[in-house]
Amino acid sequence: MGGVLGGCSTSSIGKKILSAITGLGMVLFVVGHLAGNLTLLLGAEAFNNYAHFLKHLMHGAFIYIAEAGLLLFFFTHIWMGVTVWLHKGRAREEGYEVAGNAGGESKKSLSSLTMILSGISLAIFVVIHLLHFKFGPAEAQGYLTTIDGQPARDLYRLVIEEFHKPLPTIAYVAFMLFLGLHLRHGFWSAFQSLGVGSPRLTPAINTAALILALVLAIGFLALPVYVYFGVDIPAATRVVALEVGP
Amino acid sequence: MTTNGHTYTLKVWRQPGADRPGRLATYTVTGISPDLSLLEALDVLNEDLIRKGEDPIAFESDCREGICGQCGIVVNGVAHGSKLGCTTCEIRMREFAPGSTITLEPFRATAFPIIKDLVINRSAFDRIIARGGYVSINTGAAPEANAIPVARDLAEKAMDAAACIGCGACVAACPNASASLFVGAKVSQLAVMPQGHAERERRVTRMVAQMDAEGFGNCSNHGECEAVCPKEIPIHVISRMRREYIRASVKSVLG
Repeated sequence: MGGVLGGCSTSSIGKKILSAITGLGMVLFVVGHLAGNLTLLLGAEAFNNYAHFLKHLMHGAFIYIAEAGLLLFFFTHIWMGVTVWLHKGRAREEGYEVAGNAGGESKKSLSSLTMILSGISLAIFVVIHLLHFKFGPAEAQGYLTTIDGQPARDLYRLVIEEFHKPLPTIAYVAFMLFLGLHLRHGFWSAFQSLGVGSPRLTPAINTAALILALVLAIGFLALPVYVYFGVDIPAATRVVALEVGP
Repeated sequence: MTTNGHTYTLKVWRQPGADRPGRLATYTVTGISPDLSLLEALDVLNEDLIRKGEDPIAFESDCREGICGQCGIVVNGVAHGSKLGCTTCEIRMREFAPGSTITLEPFRATAFPIIKDLVINRSAFDRIIARGGYVSINTGAAPEANAIPVARDLAEKAMDAAACIGCGACVAACPNASASLFVGAKVSQLAVMPQGHAERERRVTRMVAQMDAEGFGNCSNHGECEAVCPKEIPIHVISRMRREYIRASVKSVLG
């Protein structure tokens, strides 16, 4: 089995299989993330309850298991992507003077040609995003609410406050355009890399990739825009409550 | 013929040898009939260069009817030119606007070293074929043709993949210089036939290993290969190669 995994990361086909599995895994995560984000539309209580629920699912074990899996997928995907990109330079040391596109059945596009750039942008985004929210200000910094009488983090107010600042809002919208660009090619390409391709299937998967890229990008960027223009910043809970916190 | 033809500017990659630096040289050709092929226009230019005592442009061709897979030039940035489903030898001068500039470059890949000018060494493909692109049979009396029944749709599928002429345009057009369409076609043409089943796992494993060892790039599914393929071989053969590879890997573990 170890030999197969080793072979996977060294053969050209194995690299793409690993890239595809980790990529599709992260797509599933992102779909779930967007569904979770939509609770923001239901108001502070629903959003904070959802965050609280995730944090305490399986006595708090779920979030660590999910994060460990995501980290593994994240770094494997980056490793494969960078390897493929580096190999490209070695496989054609001298480029063409004139660049052309054959057209026809080609699926070469802005999306397919910029996978490394959109990928690096998304990796940078993930770091910023985690610093912003996951490792951002919490109960101790006054983002405190109560759920079932217990003190809990007021993530809702943090999100609303962040998306009332122009720079984070614009940056999030821009990064989500990169997400759409990455998935436009990445989603259909993952299936092709796993050997799922035929004259009947490929056009359907390719169309699905376009739809998925649009839905996810628009879904994710619509929320900051909606918050910026349409949601008022809620009043902070009295910091006095901090005294009784854990 | 030469009295009322058109004038073109040809920018041609000139490189005296494998380890020598190359450059684009500019030539003006006059009196070119629209009925000439691009390769014939190069013949006309070469006649002129020889008359002047200069070194003629080295380029490859054999059948000049799109069958042999010998010719291969990147024309204005597209392998075999922008006409779909054609080899370089099938390009006519009428496809270029009179007076226009045509840039001719060799197929570029580290695995295809340049021998001279537009001539490349494609023996990497031969070494991949030698690792499994065949069916091992006992020599002697030819077997009876209908002894192994083959369904018509499978025969058609195999033939679609077997149309590959090994020209290398897929590698030339691939942004990553991958040989996946070529190897996919060679694996697929045998994978769907009963005659190819006996050696299918060994074939795909060895051919892919050789493809990687030759220094071709990784396939990123741009699909540009399918668009330039003179035989219009679809990228589904690459999917099939991957299925064959996964099957072989699983079998190697489970026995």
